[in-house]
Amino acid sequence: MYIRQISVFLENTTGSLHSMTRLLGEHGVDLIALSIADSDSFGVLRCVAHSGELDRAMEALREAGYTARVSDVICACVPDQPGGLSRVLGLLDQGGISIEYIYSFVRNTGVDALLIFKLDDPEKGAMLFAENGIRMLSQEQVDSL
Amino acid sequence: MTGKRAHKIWDPAMECMSRDERHALQGRRLREVVRRVYDNVPVYRARMDAKGVKPEDIRTADDIVLLPFTEKTDLRDNFPYGLFAAPKSEIVRIQGSSGTTGKPIVVGYTKNDVDVWTQLMARALTAAGGGRDDIIQVCYGYGLFTGGLGAHQGATEIGAMVIPMSSGNTQRQIMMMREMGATMLCCTPSYATHLGETIREMGLEPGKDIHLKAGCFGAEPWTEEMRQKLEELLGIDACDLYGLTEIAGPGVAFECLEKDGMHVNEDHVMLEIIDPVTEKPVPEGQSGEMVFTTISKEGMPMLRYRTHDISSITTSPCACGRTTLRLGRLTGRTDDMLVIRGVNVFPSQIESVLVGIRGVAPHYLLVVDRVKSADVLEVQVEMTEDMFSDTVAHIVELEKKISGQIKSVVGIQAKIKLVAPRSIPRSEGKAKRVIDHRKL
Ligand SMILES: [Zn+2]
Repeated sequence: MYIRQISVFLENTTGSLHSMTRLLGEHGVDLIALSIADSDSFGVLRCVAHSGELDRAMEALREAGYTARVSDVICACVPDQPGGLSRVLGLLDQGGISIEYIYSFVRNTGVDALLIFKLDDPEKGAMLFAENGIRMLSQEQVDSL
Repeated sequence: MTGKRAHKIWDPAMECMSRDERHALQGRRLREVVRRVYDNVPVYRARMDAKGVKPEDIRTADDIVLLPFTEKTDLRDNFPYGLFAAPKSEIVRIQGSSGTTGKPIVVGYTKNDVDVWTQLMARALTAAGGGRDDIIQVCYGYGLFTGGLGAHQGATEIGAMVIPMSSGNTQRQIMMMREMGATMLCCTPSYATHLGETIREMGLEPGKDIHLKAGCFGAEPWTEEMRQKLEELLGIDACDLYGLTEIAGPGVAFECLEKDGMHVNEDHVMLEIIDPVTEKPVPEGQSGEMVFTTISKEGMPMLRYRTHDISSITTSPCACGRTTLRLGRLTGRTDDMLVIRGVNVFPSQIESVLVGIRGVAPHYLLVVDRVKSADVLEVQVEMTEDMFSDTVAHIVELEKKISGQIKSVVGIQAKIKLVAPRSIPRSEGKAKRVIDHRKL
């Protein structure tokens, strides 16, 4: 139900994002989803990689002195059509679940848009999705993308 | 007093007198010492004349604020005999420091000065539980440095058996400690820790092979964490001890077994806590510079000697029964102090905030700048994995928590800048904690 996400602390300095992504590239880590959130003084990069590359990515990051961590997020398929996302957000709203952040995959599977959700109550959120026929991808399914 | 330990007091008459009585005693002694230095030390006379203060202006202890300050440089500039207030024939001892920068400093003691110093240290050892049945191992250095002889004299005075080991040779220290059955230890806290670690490495067990029960540790600042470690390592009560050669030597202030601040021997020294910039006294409990005046010394009295050490005092009663004011831990030097928007800021205060927040590393850098003629303080803190979150809002919350606590402790708003781990330079020895861009 959950997939693994890597997040990395970035200082707001020129080139910090570039050097980090280059590092992962050098270690053969392919990023299949990615987002950056920032405050006025720092940034947090979040990304999803194939599970076979996750340990290698974390090792490379820590070795290079980055603060990074792995956390669980929900990957949901949202119909790629007008009102698709709005319906999902409405469901969460009615369920009293708040979204810490949301971002979309780099790659698309065709009819559906793949979205990463970080919810304040992930268990309840996943149940709500399941009850309402919103498909969630497992880590294996993400790995096969 | 059930459940409480019995406190031994060496000189109850002086240590437990009412604060009013002591204040009166201080006034009498201050008057005498001011008269003595005015008559005998040209430097003091010139300084007082320059301030327009005459010995007869000093009527009570409160008049101390009228007197001029003395600095360490005064001891160097007047080396060797310039600040002596008694003739050389009356001086029976010289102590001092070699001085890492330039000229040494020396202090002269009359017979009475040595006796007073001995009493101060006897009070300290008694407060740590010492008595005639104790075997006290002194591993402070003996010589010009006051540690060794100070502890030695005090231990002899209380009738204990003294093992005058001086410093160094850890194996031999432990052998003697073990064979002689030493019950108390006098040395620096860092050397005590080293002794404790070596004892453990040798497979010796406190309580079985080593019979120490207490120690008086001074000559360098230390922390509560160090105390806990020391007490566990050696199975002892570890008491803090403060002193400085310029004032007497070890014993100026000492902790009792309550370990709740150091009792200041106020019948022989007066302690003021001042704002190092305005030179005005700060309210009780607030941090400021310690300024000592010796009020019974004959050989080389000190008027308002500025230590440049930062601490605070309390007059709240101590469970041991002593009525003297108590000195908190030394938390830094005025040399490190920053004045930001008119507020005195000590890097150590910021450090204490940071180490108090879970997950925050004690590596920090203070960057001060002036933006549109207003001072701005930025506190750089390294982002550790414990602090990190994938949700920006959580990190922003943590920033707010840090700046909120800094505001409540230091009194000014700081901008928190989280930086990459290990990006703040570590240096051997003293870390560089401050970058001040305001230099005009
Ligand atoms: Zn006490």
